[in-house]
Amino acid sequence: MNAVIEEHHDHDHKPTGIGRWLFSTNHKDIGTMYLWFAFIMFFVGGSLALIIRAELFQPGLQIVEPDFFNQLTTLHGLIMVFGVIMPAFVGLANWQLPLMIGAPDMALPRMNNWSFWLLPAAFGLLLASLVMSLMGMGSAPNFGWTFYAPLSTTYGPNSTDFFIFSVHLMGISSVMGAINVIATIMNMRAPGMNYMKMPIFVWTWFITAYLLIAVMPVLAGAVTMMLTDRHFGTSFFDAAGGGDPVMFQHIFWFFGHPEVYIMILPAFGIISQIVPTFSRKPLFGYSSMVYATASIAFLSFIVWAHHMFTTGMPVAGELFFMYSTMLIAVPTGVKVFNWVSTMWKGSLTFETPMLFAIAFIFLFTMGGFTGLMLCIVPADFQYHDTYFVVAHFHYVLVTGAAFSIMAAVYYWIPKWTGNMYDEKLGKLHFWLTLVSSNVLFFPMHFIGLAGMPRRIPDYALQFTEFNQIATVGAFVFGFSQLIFLYVVIKCVRGGKKASSEVWEGAKGLEFDLPSPAPFHSHTTPPQVK
Amino acid sequence: MRAVSRPIGLACLLLASNPSFADYQLNLEPGVTSFSQGAYNIHTIVMWICVIIGIVVYGAMTYSILKHRKTNHPNPAKFDDNTTIEILWTIIPVLILIAIAVPATKVLLAMEDTSNSDMSIKVTGYQWKWHYDYIGEDVSFFSNMSTPMDQIKNKEAKGENYLLEVDNHMVIPTNKKVRFLFTANDVIHAWWVPAFGVKKDAIPGFINEGWAQVAEPGIYRGQCAELCGANHGYMPIVVEAKSEQDYLAWLDEKKAAKAAADASADKTWSMDELMAKGEAAYNTNCSACHMPTGEGLPGAFPGLINSPVVMGDIARHIEVVLEGVPGTGMQAFGPQLNDADLAAIITYERNAWGNNTGDMVQPSDIKAARK
Repeated sequence: MNAVIEEHHDHDHKPTGIGRWLFSTNHKDIGTMYLWFAFIMFFVGGSLALIIRAELFQPGLQIVEPDFFNQLTTLHGLIMVFGVIMPAFVGLANWQLPLMIGAPDMALPRMNNWSFWLLPAAFGLLLASLVMSLMGMGSAPNFGWTFYAPLSTTYGPNSTDFFIFSVHLMGISSVMGAINVIATIMNMRAPGMNYMKMPIFVWTWFITAYLLIAVMPVLAGAVTMMLTDRHFGTSFFDAAGGGDPVMFQHIFWFFGHPEVYIMILPAFGIISQIVPTFSRKPLFGYSSMVYATASIAFLSFIVWAHHMFTTGMPVAGELFFMYSTMLIAVPTGVKVFNWVSTMWKGSLTFETPMLFAIAFIFLFTMGGFTGLMLCIVPADFQYHDTYFVVAHFHYVLVTGAAFSIMAAVYYWIPKWTGNMYDEKLGKLHFWLTLVSSNVLFFPMHFIGLAGMPRRIPDYALQFTEFNQIATVGAFVFGFSQLIFLYVVIKCVRGGKKASSEVWEGAKGLEFDLPSPAPFHSHTTPPQVK
Repeated sequence: MRAVSRPIGLACLLLASNPSFADYQLNLEPGVTSFSQGAYNIHTIVMWICVIIGIVVYGAMTYSILKHRKTNHPNPAKFDDNTTIEILWTIIPVLILIAIAVPATKVLLAMEDTSNSDMSIKVTGYQWKWHYDYIGEDVSFFSNMSTPMDQIKNKEAKGENYLLEVDNHMVIPTNKKVRFLFTANDVIHAWWVPAFGVKKDAIPGFINEGWAQVAEPGIYRGQCAELCGANHGYMPIVVEAKSEQDYLAWLDEKKAAKAAADASADKTWSMDELMAKGEAAYNTNCSACHMPTGEGLPGAFPGLINSPVVMGDIARHIEVVLEGVPGTGMQAFGPQLNDADLAAIITYERNAWGNNTGDMVQPSDIKAARK
């Protein structure tokens, strides 16, 4: 009797066993599951990348057949985009939004549970196609993560249908996650926290959530049209039946371009949280950060055809998409300048989260420069579909988005676990990751400019040297991530106790709570002045 | 930070350098046409603008990292905005972008003007080869990669133009505006010759345009640039620019060869002739999927050894090769190859690799089977 009463009064009452995770409606547990899911997928997708890089170590076919190589590039792309970067950001949103806006939990906890548990189903379907391929039962999806028709429709392997349903599930999951984010931010902010007082991470996720709701249904529409083209006799993308393969690309990139901002806006938010903390100085230009994020989101809807300059669109179209794309450089530049100004005359220390954040600013800016080069149509005719593009998007997605996620984990994990991570190992992880990612991706600029197309399993001899360097970088990069895994596990299991503030100079409601944050976050709303 | 990665990259470069490989290239090539040079110039301008902006931004950050660290600068400043500087760093980038947009637009408008061309070549992408049709000349042919499978499988040393060599070059005259019309037979391909600055998608059911005017005779190499299936990496492009005189001689040669091929279709061939021609034609047209050994690629492309089609009814075998198998990678080869080649390939398949049916198919059989 006594025990029952005690349990009833225990504020931190957690369900136990597998039920805690399977039926969880707690934003922290769901956030944890999202993050672990992304972490596991990071190693799965990364292993595929290492097979790709091993094959490309020398010209000739050594390890895999060309068709399997295409399956590897396709699944690597899909897993990293939909299975790593997006779920990791959703995991961070789950953990951090209620903490940062002073709410007890997310607004729609049951939907939260469902949107997570759809993901293992989606990736189970997708990875099943790879398993079947390894068992000799036909190809896994082999048409690139962009799945251009008719290669993915008329010419797609049978496993394309697994892929289509997998994308449907991912889409439903993302849209529900986004609705939850919007509902939480709109309704559950602490008293006094008006929109222009929200932390930047909250702002960037708020805008990202609208992008998700706008474009994931477009992706669902594209794969549904593929499905009916493949099985129900329609010809949306088949010229022989009056359809248009280029229309597929328009629909795909109308989703795809906002998608790349879905993968980078939350990163902007994370960097805007971390840089002020370790500069001991408020974020420079808060309101211009908000407006820049909103402008980037708006522009992301009117630039999609810059992925398609070689499809033969009219000159007027090429000019429009070139000019609109160039405009994105302006708000993106504002953000970079703001971060630099935040550091300017601060009092900087370089703990692991700050190191990753600074590396993000350097290297994301590199990706921004190549992005500007790529939007220049006459030059794009030379860059398009070469390793120059591969270098560009790996700079923004690996040394950009993935670095920001690593920075966020190091920054907030003391708050999540109550323990400090091992700073020495964290720094080792950082330096190895930084150096190896540049050894991996920087040479790709050169082989791209020299004329090596992307998505080929074998190449002409003049590309050999830089491919070898990239492969060496890839393996160091890949294995360095095991240190990250070790640091995280070590931190979860114990370590030096973290204070509630965690970092000297950390500001925000999440740092008012004790570390680890209680199971139910702010049970009484804090007052924001 | 990058200062650290650069020397390490350089060290790896030195370690990995192997004198047996060809020279590597760091930058875009200027190329030989007005718009490959235009693309190169605009590339150079934008790259240097980026380098300058990079020096300013990275310089400021590096300065801050060195001078404003806590040990040097224990008391942080308090400022968090400055309207003047924020307006400046919005307007200056806009002006820089305008400065880039003007030359980029000029180059682009010149590139997209395909009017007043001297001749046209229709370029059709197939899985995985190119077809060139000289419009109005009655000359058309396929261009297949000629790198032997043994080089790809690392069984013999790789040649100088490994993966960038074909059996039939596209030949164009120098100093003529040659217009290309791009389309495809199956999936989307992209025809790219870096030295021309031409990269255009070849899309089934649609026609795209591009052009090139080359001053110097020479051989220019490129590759398919749009993922088009398993052998996307194995469909190179070789364009040979010849003086107008040599070009006309080449055209006559091609026409004579076609007339000879048409004549040979009417004669009756011996088994040895069919097998010899069949082996060559099979290796050019069929071995990418069915493999030179006839074993196919399990799970993707069926083997031909003891296959029911190859060992069974001849009429059915001819029909499969002529019409293809809808919904699979098996193309309709009827429109692609002449009667003699098809007869030789089918005879070869029925007798090679221990199939030994003893069947012979004559070009006249193919002619009769065509609908």
